[in-house]
Amino acid sequence: MRGTSPTATRSTSRPSPGGSRTMRDPATTARPAAPGARGTAPGDALARHVRRLGDDALILGQRLCETVTRAPTIEEDLALSNIALDLIGHARVLLTRSGQLDGSGRSEDDLAFRRTEREFENVLLVELERGDFAVTIARQLVFSHYAVLHYTALADAADPELAAFGTRAARESAYHRHHADRWTERLGRGTAESHRRMQAAVDRVWPYTAELFEEDELSRTLVATGAVPSVAALHDDWAAAVTAVLDRAGLTVPALGPQPRGGRDGLHTEDFAPLLAELQSVHRQYPGGSW
Amino acid sequence: MPAEEVAARIGALPDPELPMITLADLGVLHSVGITDDGRLDVALLPTFLGCPGLESMAASARAVLAECGHPDGRVRQVLAPAWTTDRITEAGRAKLAAHGIAPPGPAGDGPVPVELTAACTHCGSAATRPHSPFGPSRCQAVQWCTSCRETFPAMTVI
Repeated sequence: MRGTSPTATRSTSRPSPGGSRTMRDPATTARPAAPGARGTAPGDALARHVRRLGDDALILGQRLCETVTRAPTIEEDLALSNIALDLIGHARVLLTRSGQLDGSGRSEDDLAFRRTEREFENVLLVELERGDFAVTIARQLVFSHYAVLHYTALADAADPELAAFGTRAARESAYHRHHADRWTERLGRGTAESHRRMQAAVDRVWPYTAELFEEDELSRTLVATGAVPSVAALHDDWAAAVTAVLDRAGLTVPALGPQPRGGRDGLHTEDFAPLLAELQSVHRQYPGGSW
Repeated sequence: MPAEEVAARIGALPDPELPMITLADLGVLHSVGITDDGRLDVALLPTFLGCPGLESMAASARAVLAECGHPDGRVRQVLAPAWTTDRITEAGRAKLAAHGIAPPGPAGDGPVPVELTAACTHCGSAATRPHSPFGPSRCQAVQWCTSCRETFPAMTVI
């Protein structure tokens, strides 16, 4: 079975109830054409690529919002909600730009609130349930290291809006990385219990990191024309940086086993639908409402 | 009213979250120009991309345009050059310090957070250490003074 993992049993062990609303298992479902695809013009390809990055930021921001009032200390409540605020700010810029690039005229709100599950193309990492505080930190560790490298590279993008976004977002993400590094070290070198849970958290998120650096036909085409940086080329720097933090924390780098994937094609884990339902709940009750 | 005067008025607007300093002090007002069709064009630089104060700043700037006889003027956000705390003016830094918020040190070129070394705004001691990198607003951290044992807010360096 392609892409299954011991850590993904929640999304692979349940039988599908059948029908059109089944929770899709990204590891076993065939790949139909994603409904987010809108033709092949260069502007459309870039728009979809940018929308994917916006989806990553939006969904991770939404996930982190769940920690508001639930963090272990008030300082962490502030930290995680402020990081969530930054991520949603990143999503706003990226989704707005995506709607401009594809000429659809869709606003950030249209893209955040009026798309269905299959039309979101975020990596699976960002949608996984928040787990305990260690899982939250482990995900922030792997994502923020990736984000700093990716956004720094994006500062050289041909699109001026995207380049400006990369410059600014890299700075904000470096602040998030600093936070995650410190907590990883503190928990890894804390008590036996904090060490055990931090290691389990790193093991939990690790299989999902591969998808961050995957390229498909769409992204390879954009990379070949110099429109966007190659994420695959960032992997080794990312691995070296994260490994250094894990070493300092006394944690073991997990072996890279099977790697769940599918998010970039709109195929999600079963953790995703409840998150999206909550994200879109106000818009569904009050369509077009504003305040 | 000419563009220079409108720019001065918009620059004098208070920041929504740090009302002791102005948009000009903060380095948020990028430019006030005139479009090809003769309308005023105000460009604001967002501080943090998710800063909740952005909408409020833009609304205040639009109100100034209307008051100054430019109801058809536009206010937009531009991302380049990227705002950093290095854009806060000397006057802005002095006002922050006078209101108990330690002004930021140099941010430099790279996206690397500098460990906070702000002097205590209560007793002036340099023997302070970070208490929480995130504080009462996105642009503030909380610092702790080992001399007087009080906490105080400090602008994040970014």
